[in-house]
Amino acid sequence: MAEQTIHHHEPNYLEYRGKYKGLAGWLTTTDHKRIGLLYFYSMMTFFLSGVVMGLLMKYELIAPGEQLMGAQTYNGLFTLHGLTMIFLFVIPGVAAVFGNFFLPILIGAKDVSFPRLNLFSWYLYIIGAIVVLISQFLGDGPPDTGWTFYAPYSLRTNTNVVAAVTGAFILGFSSILTGLNFIVTMHRLRAPGMGWMRMPLFCWTLYGTGWIQLLATPIVGITFLMVMAERLLGIGFFDPTIGGDPILYQHLFWIYSHPAVYIMILPAMGVITEIIPTFARKTIFGYTAIIISSMAIAFVGYFVWGHHMFTAGMSSTSRWVFSLLTFLVAIPSAIKVFNWTATMYKGSINIQPPFLWAIAFIFVFMIGGFSGLVVGSLATDIHVHDTAFVVAHFHYIVFGGTGFAFFGALHYWYPKMFAKMYNIRIANIGLLIFFIGFNLLYFPMFYLGLMGMPRRYYDYIPMFEPANLLSTIGSWIMATGLIIILVNLSRARKMTGKAVDDPWDGKTLEWQIQSPPPVENFDEIPTITTGPYDYK
Amino acid sequence: METTINPSVDLHRDDTASKIGMWLFIFTEILLFGGLFLVYSVYRFRNPVAFHLAHEELSITMGFINTVILLISSATVAIAITAMQKHNKKLTMMMLGLTLLLALVFLINKYFEWGAKFEHGMYPGSELMANLGHGDMLFFSLYFFMTGLHGVHIIIGMTLLAITLVKVKKGAVHAGKYQLLENSGLYWHLVDLIWIFLFPLFYLIH
Amino acid sequence: MSEEKTHVVSIKTHLLVLFTLIILTIITVLITSIELGPYNTAAAMIIASVKALVVLLYFMHLRFDEPIYRIMFGLVIAIFIAVIIVTFFDYLYR
Repeated sequence: MAEQTIHHHEPNYLEYRGKYKGLAGWLTTTDHKRIGLLYFYSMMTFFLSGVVMGLLMKYELIAPGEQLMGAQTYNGLFTLHGLTMIFLFVIPGVAAVFGNFFLPILIGAKDVSFPRLNLFSWYLYIIGAIVVLISQFLGDGPPDTGWTFYAPYSLRTNTNVVAAVTGAFILGFSSILTGLNFIVTMHRLRAPGMGWMRMPLFCWTLYGTGWIQLLATPIVGITFLMVMAERLLGIGFFDPTIGGDPILYQHLFWIYSHPAVYIMILPAMGVITEIIPTFARKTIFGYTAIIISSMAIAFVGYFVWGHHMFTAGMSSTSRWVFSLLTFLVAIPSAIKVFNWTATMYKGSINIQPPFLWAIAFIFVFMIGGFSGLVVGSLATDIHVHDTAFVVAHFHYIVFGGTGFAFFGALHYWYPKMFAKMYNIRIANIGLLIFFIGFNLLYFPMFYLGLMGMPRRYYDYIPMFEPANLLSTIGSWIMATGLIIILVNLSRARKMTGKAVDDPWDGKTLEWQIQSPPPVENFDEIPTITTGPYDYK
Repeated sequence: METTINPSVDLHRDDTASKIGMWLFIFTEILLFGGLFLVYSVYRFRNPVAFHLAHEELSITMGFINTVILLISSATVAIAITAMQKHNKKLTMMMLGLTLLLALVFLINKYFEWGAKFEHGMYPGSELMANLGHGDMLFFSLYFFMTGLHGVHIIIGMTLLAITLVKVKKGAVHAGKYQLLENSGLYWHLVDLIWIFLFPLFYLIH
Repeated sequence: MSEEKTHVVSIKTHLLVLFTLIILTIITVLITSIELGPYNTAAAMIIASVKALVVLLYFMHLRFDEPIYRIMFGLVIAIFIAVIIVTFFDYLYR
C-alpha cells in the first residue's frame, strides 16, 4: 500500500483536456470527480449566501424592535434561508460532493454506472436553484411561508409559492437520480474481491441514503405538485374550506422531510467513520454494527415523521406511536457514537484537522441528539414546539452534524483532490473560533425556547434580549472562524514528495492512487484482499 | 448478478445496471402515485357517502373498456420482447406498433370522458366545481389530478415505446442488445399497474 | 453486455396471463355491483392486488429474474404500506 510507489502520470482529472477545453470541458464533463467539484463550487456559493441570510436574521434579533427589516422581509428571509440551506446545501451535501468524488474510487471503479445521468443531476440542481432564486423576484414577492410551505397559508398567500415549489420539485429530481446512480454503482462496479462486507463504511451510508432519496423524495414531489394544482387550477386537496385537511399536507410533507434529515446525516456519519480509523490508526470498531445501525436508521426513519406535528391536531394514539418510534430511531444513532469512541480507545491518535473536526462533530451532534430526546418526547415537545429550542436542536444536529462533517471531509480529502496542503495551525485555529462561535450562537436558543420565545418571529419581548445578544455575537465569531477556514483552504500550497498521495497514512483505496487522481482513477482495477481499514 | 462485472469487458455497456436503474426509477413512480393513493384513502375514509355518490357520475363501461385496452397493451409489449428474443424483428415491430395504437385509443377515450365532464361544467377551476360539496370537490379534484397525471405517464410511456420502435427498425435494438425494449416494457407495465388500482377506486367502489 | 437472462416467456403464456387479467377485471366489476358494504372495497382491492401481482411476476418477469429484484420490490411495497398504516393511526383515532 504505502510501500509501493505510486506512478504519476499526466494528465490528472484537473488537467485533462478532452473534446472540449476550459470551462466547456467542465460543463460537459461526465467525470465523477469533476462533477463532484461542480457541486462543490456551486454548493459553497449557495451555502455562503445562506450564511449571509442567517447573519442578517441574527442581526435583526440583536435587540427588540426593528433593526434592519420588518416582519414581511424577515419572513421571506427565513423562508429563503431554509430553502437554500436545506435543498441547496445539506440535502445534496456530503453525498453530492464527496460521494460523487470518492464513491467510485473507494470501490475500485473508474466511474459511476451512469456518468451522463450524473451530469444531468447537476444540471437539474442548478436549474432548480435558479428557479428558487427567480421566485424571489417575480410577481408579488418572495414566499413568506417558511421552507415548509404549510397549507392553508401556502395556498392563500400572494407570494411566489408556485415558483419556489417548482424549484424544489426540480431539485428533488436531482436528488432522486443521484441516489439511483449510487445504488446501481455499488451493486455493479465493486472491484473484484470487494464483497459488500469489505466496502468502506462511507459507501454503505451512501447506499442507505440513496434508498431514502429514491423512496421519500417522490412524496414531497407529489405534494408540491398538488399545491401547484390547488393554487393554479382551483382543485382542492388541503384547503379546509373545501373539505381538505391541512394536517394531511403536513403528513405528506414530513413523510419526506423527516427521512430527508437522514439523507443529510447518514453520509456525514459515513465521513466521520472514515476519518476516525485513519487518525486513530486502528480499524473501525464494529464494522457490522455500523452497517446494521445505518440501515436501521434509514428504515425506521420512514416512520417517525409525526414528531414534527405533535401540536398540529393529530389523534392522541398517533402521537404516542410517533413518540415511541422516535425514541427507537435514536438508538442506532447513539450506537455509532460508541463505535467511534471504541475505535479511538487504545488507538494511536494522530491529531490533525480532520480528526479535530470529527471530535467537534461528535460533541455538537450529541448535544443535538440529546435535545432531540426533548423534542421527541411528546410531553416536553408540547412546550418547546415552534420555539427557539427547536431551532437550536436542528442547527446543532444538521449544521453541527452535516456541516461539521462536510468541513471535516474537506480537510481530510483536500490533499487528495488538489495535491495541495493547507496550513495546519491556521486550520485548527479557524476550527476553534468557529466552534466557539457556533456554540455561542446556538446554545442560548435552547434557553430562549424553554423560556417561551417563539421561532420565526422578527421581534421579541425585552426579557429575551440578553440571550439574543449573546447569540448574535456568537454568529459573528462563527462567521470569523468560517472566513479563516475558507481563506486558509483557498491558500493551500502545492505539495511535493511522497506525502502528496497519502499524507495521513490512510488504508482505503483513494490513498493508494496519485493526488490528484488520474482521469480513470486506476491504471488497472485493483483486486481486493482485505477489509477497508486494514491497520497493523 | 451480484458478482461484479469483468472489467476487461466493454465498461460502457452494462445491461444489468440499466435494468436495475429502470426498476429503481419505477419505485420512485410507485411512491409518486402512492402519495396520491394515500390522499385518496384518507379523504375516502372521511367522506364515504360523498365518494360513493360521486363515483356514480363516472361511466363504468368506459372505465372497463380502458382497463381492458391497457391490459391488452401490456400483453402486446410483453409479446414484443418474446418476439425479439426469438429474433423475429417483424413481430416485435408489429407488437410495439399495436401497443402504441392501444395507448392512443386509451388516450382518445380519456379525451371523450373528460370532454363529457367539461361539457357539463365539471372541470378544474369551474364554477360548478367550486360550489361542490366537500366530499364531491375532493373526489373530483383527485379524479382529474390522478387520471391526468396517469395520462401524462401514458404519454411518457408512448414516447419511450416509439423511440424503441424506431431503434428496432434501424437495427440499433436487436436480439443481442435489447435492454431498451425491456426497460420500455417495464415502464409501460408500471403505467398499467397504476391504472389497475385507479379503475376500481374511482369507478367501482361503493 | 447481456448476461444469463435468456429465459423466454412464450407467447402462449402471455396470452394466458392476459386472459386471466381480463377475467379478474370482469369479476371485480361484478363483485362491486353487489352490495357488500365495507367488503366491497376489500374485495376490489384484493383482486386488484392479484392482478398487479400477475403483471409483476409474468409481464414484468419478476418470477424468472434473480431474487434481488423481488426483494427490492417487496421492501418498497412494505415501506409504502407501513406509511399508510402509520398515517391512519391519526385518522382512525381522531
